[in-house]
Amino acid sequence: MNEEKENIMKTQLLIALKFFLVMTVLTGIAYPLMMTGLAQLCFPSKANGSLIMKNGKIAGYELIGQKFDSSIYFWSRPSAVDYNPVPSGASNFGPTSSKLQKQVSERRMLFAARNSITDLASIPKEMIFASASGLDPHISPEAALCQLNRVATARNFNAVQKQKIHQLIKGMTEGPQYFIFGEPRINVFKLNLAVDNIR
Amino acid sequence: MNEMIQIVFFMVAFVALSPLLGKFMAKVFMGENHFMKPVLGWLERSVYRVSGIKSEEEMNWKTYTYGILLFNFSGMVFLFLLQMFHAYLPLNTEKLPNVSWHLSFNTAVSFVTNTNWQSYSGENTLSYLVQMIGLTVQNFVSAGTGVAVLLALVRGLTRKTTENLGNFWADMTRIVIYVLLPLSIVLTMLFVGQGAVQTFSHYARATTLQGTEQVIPLGPAASQSAIKQLGTNGGGFFNANAAHPFESPTPFTNFLGMLALLLISGGLVFTYGHYTNSRRQAWTIFITMFILFAAGLALSLWAEYGHNNVLNIAGNMEGKETRFGVANSVLYSVITTDASCGAVNCMHDSLSPLSGLVSMFNVMLGEIIFGGVGAGLYGMVIFVLLTVFIAGLMVGRTPEYLGKKVEAFEVKMAIFAVLAPSIVIKLFSAIACTVPAGLAGLNNSGPHGLSEILYAFSSAAGNNGSAFAGLNTNTVFYNLMLGFGMIIGRFGVIVPVMAIAGSMGRKKITPVSSGTFKTDNWLFVLLLLSVIIIVGGLTFFPPLALGPVVEHFLMNLGVTY
Repeated sequence: MNEEKENIMKTQLLIALKFFLVMTVLTGIAYPLMMTGLAQLCFPSKANGSLIMKNGKIAGYELIGQKFDSSIYFWSRPSAVDYNPVPSGASNFGPTSSKLQKQVSERRMLFAARNSITDLASIPKEMIFASASGLDPHISPEAALCQLNRVATARNFNAVQKQKIHQLIKGMTEGPQYFIFGEPRINVFKLNLAVDNIR
Repeated sequence: MNEMIQIVFFMVAFVALSPLLGKFMAKVFMGENHFMKPVLGWLERSVYRVSGIKSEEEMNWKTYTYGILLFNFSGMVFLFLLQMFHAYLPLNTEKLPNVSWHLSFNTAVSFVTNTNWQSYSGENTLSYLVQMIGLTVQNFVSAGTGVAVLLALVRGLTRKTTENLGNFWADMTRIVIYVLLPLSIVLTMLFVGQGAVQTFSHYARATTLQGTEQVIPLGPAASQSAIKQLGTNGGGFFNANAAHPFESPTPFTNFLGMLALLLISGGLVFTYGHYTNSRRQAWTIFITMFILFAAGLALSLWAEYGHNNVLNIAGNMEGKETRFGVANSVLYSVITTDASCGAVNCMHDSLSPLSGLVSMFNVMLGEIIFGGVGAGLYGMVIFVLLTVFIAGLMVGRTPEYLGKKVEAFEVKMAIFAVLAPSIVIKLFSAIACTVPAGLAGLNNSGPHGLSEILYAFSSAAGNNGSAFAGLNTNTVFYNLMLGFGMIIGRFGVIVPVMAIAGSMGRKKITPVSSGTFKTDNWLFVLLLLSVIIIVGGLTFFPPLALGPVVEHFLMNLGVTY
């Protein structure tokens, strides 16, 4: 009886090791390699992160937000990692955190002062709270519109140029995807790139 | 309005697709013909040949359990060593140093137990090699293990007087090859089509418009994200998990991710219906789970859209992404904690107190609201057995389930399976609250600090993997405590479940009579819900009252910490 048991255990151990090896090859090597090959073939640009070049240099990645705090640019959201993607992350401050309370009130004051907003309650929420990834590339269209005057003034734009920015915001706003998923949003990096090109 | 439409659309898609997938999986696991067999049959046969598996040879519960433990232990050792020495191995493009022994231990246990708790950030800790041949593999096989345990239990419940519970290796092979792999391939391509990255390039360096340098991590992320959702694993390729734009770039990928993480668990309920030959049994369990899911979602939405007197705002955006907004973030947080997935698209630490409570409570109930693939349903069957037992006591009859008597041994094992994770949660949290090493990791103080610790051990014991991520757990104390918590939470349930499978399998089936207590009607749904809330839930009322509940009232008073 004991010998039989031992035999079963030995066979099972051998199968366990061989099966583990087979699974590692199948799901750990073949699967990711095949997916990479297929992805690079079907979506070469997207699989590599949707790179954006400017003057022959990498200016950034479409989906990875950048830090914008200069007056001539539309600001991106506050970020707990200051838009440094290694590693991504959030503040993880809880709802009764005094540190969060202080940060939020400072951001409110700053955003209101720089964009000449009198009603603090009208500031779009995402502009005073840090994102989950710290790399959120988007803000809401409202958040872009309330920065319009500041950006135009800082760039000494005339009325025609300012109108162009307005049209850019309208044109680059993405609605809910396929009419249903997600929130209206605008990619700050792409918007700022386009604004840089206004002559 | 649009938020409500999105939520309802998700629910409809989930409820409509679950029975279809369930039927397909039943065919796969019963060894019948199905449309994938001509496509991938050769692969199944070659896996058997190379590994020396005799797929038709059935196992008794001890051999089956032995196979599970051996296989999982081998995986743990391999993954542990792989991290300890990945600096010397290829595909370490960023020259990352070897991982510390305690973090290697924690991560190895975490991915083998389907928890996918992460004390590390992927982008600055692990090489592409570890992510692929270490983590991706465990994403597949730990999910497979959960389903295999469920299949053994179901066979024990439905077969007449037998020792045979199926072949563990054949079950694993079929789950991986016919279910997880094809779905992962489709999902990966959908993810990449939306903008998720899938490459082996070095991290990139960009010069931003404002002129600073930004280092951007890349990697084979999409293929791992796909299986981490489908297998209810939840371990992100990047630190920000499904909030990272390279993992979930659009609202559509967010929707797909949510569907993927719930679908197999939902489908398995209907697979169970096919095994028990009763659609009504399946719907009874499905509806019970759905009620718990919907109730949690309603409370969480109400709480998150409520006013926060500390920040003077309603529906705040801290730790949330613009493209997902508040509604999708809350929905995701509820689903991922129902399903033992633990992937996150918003930071749970920053959720309002009661939304955080819902997430924590979902995990504490034992991950049975759809739950982890396989694990959710076998956990639910444990509660079904307890309900049948309690109902039997009330009317003074020998309790029966599916025609089989539920006796002292099964009830003892069931109680053991419920208590093992609960003890970890309360005892380990209590220890962490009293020693300096436990308190050192806190990111928030006051009641929210207690919540951070409580959440961590709930997540570990429930094999969920999401976190109140402010808590710094990459320390010897937490890596070890959480590691042991995960082992107890996983195998402390699997072994008693397998014992139940064995003992139920040996029993004969008594035919249905007028005196049979029905387990497929609304009355049973109600009883089952009560048992879940009383047995699973009340255990945790005291710590929850001191954590999130008290924080909710303090927040209303504007108190900060």
